[in-house]
Amino acid sequence: MSFQIKKQPTKYDVCIVGSGAGGGMAAKLLADAGFKIALLEAGPDFDPANEEQRTQLRWPWESPRRGAGSTRPFGDFDMAYGGWELDGEPYTQNSNTEFSWFRSRMLGGRTNHWGRISLRFGPLDFKRKDFDGKGDNWPIGYEDVKPYYDKVDKLIGVFGTKENLPNEPDGFFLPPPKPRLHELYIKKGATKAGVPMIPSRLSILTKPINKERGACFFCKQCSRSCMAYADFSSSSVLVKPAVETGNVDLYVNAMVREVLTNGEGEATGVSYIDKEDLKDYEIKAKVVILAASACSSARILLNSRSAHHPNGLANSSEVVGKYLHDSTGSSRGGFIPELLDRERYNEDGVGGMHLYTPWWLNDSKHLGFTRGYHIEYWGGMSMPAYGFGFNTQALKEAIGDTSRNAYGTGLKKDVKKFYGATFGMAGRGESIPRKDNYCEIDVNTVDKFGIPVLKFNYNWSDEEVKQAAHMQDTFEEVMHNMGAIPLGDKPGKESNYGLEKPGKIIHEVGTTRMGTDPGSSVVNQYNQAHDVPNLFVMDGGPFVSQADKNPTWTILALAWRATDYLIEELKKGNV
Amino acid sequence: MDRRESLRTLVMGGMASSFFLSSCVTDKESPIEEGDIIEEKQGYGRTPAEIERDEDLMSETFFTEEEMAIITSLADIIIPEDEESVSATEAGVPEFIEFIVKDIPEHQLPMRGGLMWLNRESSKQFNMPFVETSKENQLKIIDQIAYPQDFEKTSPGPTFFRRIKNLVVTGYFTSEPGIEYLDYRGNTPNVWDGVPEQVLKKHGLKYEEDFLKVAMDPANRGEVMNWDDYEI
Repeated sequence: MSFQIKKQPTKYDVCIVGSGAGGGMAAKLLADAGFKIALLEAGPDFDPANEEQRTQLRWPWESPRRGAGSTRPFGDFDMAYGGWELDGEPYTQNSNTEFSWFRSRMLGGRTNHWGRISLRFGPLDFKRKDFDGKGDNWPIGYEDVKPYYDKVDKLIGVFGTKENLPNEPDGFFLPPPKPRLHELYIKKGATKAGVPMIPSRLSILTKPINKERGACFFCKQCSRSCMAYADFSSSSVLVKPAVETGNVDLYVNAMVREVLTNGEGEATGVSYIDKEDLKDYEIKAKVVILAASACSSARILLNSRSAHHPNGLANSSEVVGKYLHDSTGSSRGGFIPELLDRERYNEDGVGGMHLYTPWWLNDSKHLGFTRGYHIEYWGGMSMPAYGFGFNTQALKEAIGDTSRNAYGTGLKKDVKKFYGATFGMAGRGESIPRKDNYCEIDVNTVDKFGIPVLKFNYNWSDEEVKQAAHMQDTFEEVMHNMGAIPLGDKPGKESNYGLEKPGKIIHEVGTTRMGTDPGSSVVNQYNQAHDVPNLFVMDGGPFVSQADKNPTWTILALAWRATDYLIEELKKGNV
Repeated sequence: MDRRESLRTLVMGGMASSFFLSSCVTDKESPIEEGDIIEEKQGYGRTPAEIERDEDLMSETFFTEEEMAIITSLADIIIPEDEESVSATEAGVPEFIEFIVKDIPEHQLPMRGGLMWLNRESSKQFNMPFVETSKENQLKIIDQIAYPQDFEKTSPGPTFFRRIKNLVVTGYFTSEPGIEYLDYRGNTPNVWDGVPEQVLKKHGLKYEEDFLKVAMDPANRGEVMNWDDYEI
């Protein structure tokens, strides 16, 4: 093995690490503006329209495991190359804490399988501390980000309806699809319980927005990444056109080790390992943008130590890796008796729910917890996969059916009768960012590339547990009001009311948070490192708090805002 | 126009038929038409590492011939042929079970042990291994474990039965004939325009008028969105 480090000959204007939402957005805008870009991705090239990689429109029997989750955590057809565990790339935990770290290693990253739930943060979401005294305010407000949300809506596309809700700002919405049958049933119960249900806001094209991308053809399989590019995946929607400008050199299977600096403490480029030949390479650039995902970017910074930056790069505040926070999650399934033996039709619709519940109790002071949650719903006549039918006996017991159909033609008919009558609800809530939930470098452990790995320390607080308890009460009330039968036992105190372990909802953010004070934050309001002016972080890391909203739309808007600023600074010669 | 381009044109132009599902067309100059030659492509979108893992699993054999014989007869007891659909065996369920226990090894021990338990029970009661005893005797044992008394629910027989029943049911309803019997209508390009009118009526539900004004309209869904008169 040769240990000579190879230097790529080109000096780029900007080197971007990561091709997900933030990296894709920066690459697209900078390439359109004529800058020379190196875009590094730790996984392989990916295109959902590539027949070798396509999983969309495949049938369960095409997989010998019928889509089971033994190779991909969300099943064979899910488009995430990776998961909570990667071969040869471990992470560790402090004792008595538990954090699960999901990584997708592929062009476009996790945007290829995400739920496309594209919610704007509202005015309250940027200033929660003003209302509950907890955590910190963002240094910016909704009015600063609004113009960029508007631009993201138009460039990428999102459907929804104008609702005029104070903390759920409206956007430029494509027309929404009509609700499914179970969603109408749930809405009946929700309305009675005082829980609102409005059309979802998903980045799926119910109408085309340009000539390059097709419209949705309603297969419900956005998690498989769309071959018509009718959903938002960074690779299909941002990276592809960026590369077509000719201004982007794409480096795939490039695992970044550290950011390189000069004697003055400025970033000069990055060092990476090519996973194909396992050799070290260097890329030189005037500006470095980290968009490798919140924890990966923190890891790269903490591993970029030098005499100038003994605690890692951009870490004079010592908050890199701190304030890590994921969404809360808790869920419950149910059964709608009126949907027994239901009439068949193609009910696939778009990927995900057609209606959802935004947080409706912002003004309430007596809940015992201060941040809210939204509710997502599933159900309907979906395509079967591994696990289908496992619950047949439980369903029979739930409705008091004592017929002896444990096997035989009767069983076959039972499965057919119960099909499409189950549904579920899942709360996704805001957790309060805390300094003692963090990732740091585990000095005793390296991955297969010799790079020191992350060690996590994360505990939920009472706030999140109480929020999960509230979710469970809400689910039961809605089910009761719609005449549905809740399945299984209601999760109680012993299981934290079904509260998922940190990291399971895959909305982790906050590790390089933004602020005006360089002593308590890593980047400024333009995602620029306080300590290193030619270094930016454009993933979820700069989030001060994550609202109950899925982070992608805000990552995109902030990346656009930061890139606009960067382009001005480049033109002025300031970086 | 390359193959990928023709696929995209189909989908974007809304002309897609079930014709191209899970298949790919050979390169040609015009979009796909009825009668085009469809070339089935190997695989189901695997990465190189996944292909290797599949090949490794396929090259191994877990169940013995005797065990497979029991699985086969159990599968057809659990899901038999009837006037509406084929049997579990005909739907490939035993082959699925052989694969899935290699893929999800937690199944291995309970399955092997359960099959052993079944044979012992059969020998005990009828002096013969399960597959050699009469159908009537087989069903006597199955009834004992499929409809256990409450106190028996956690004993080995019923526990094994629940597992193999789950695997048979899931294997059946994820197979082509199983999905046809279930009458799942999706996984094909279409235009969703809501719950059919007669179904809404039957359930006493309807869409709200205000919502229908802004909902996606199949008539103009092909037009590129125009934001000129849009205000927020």
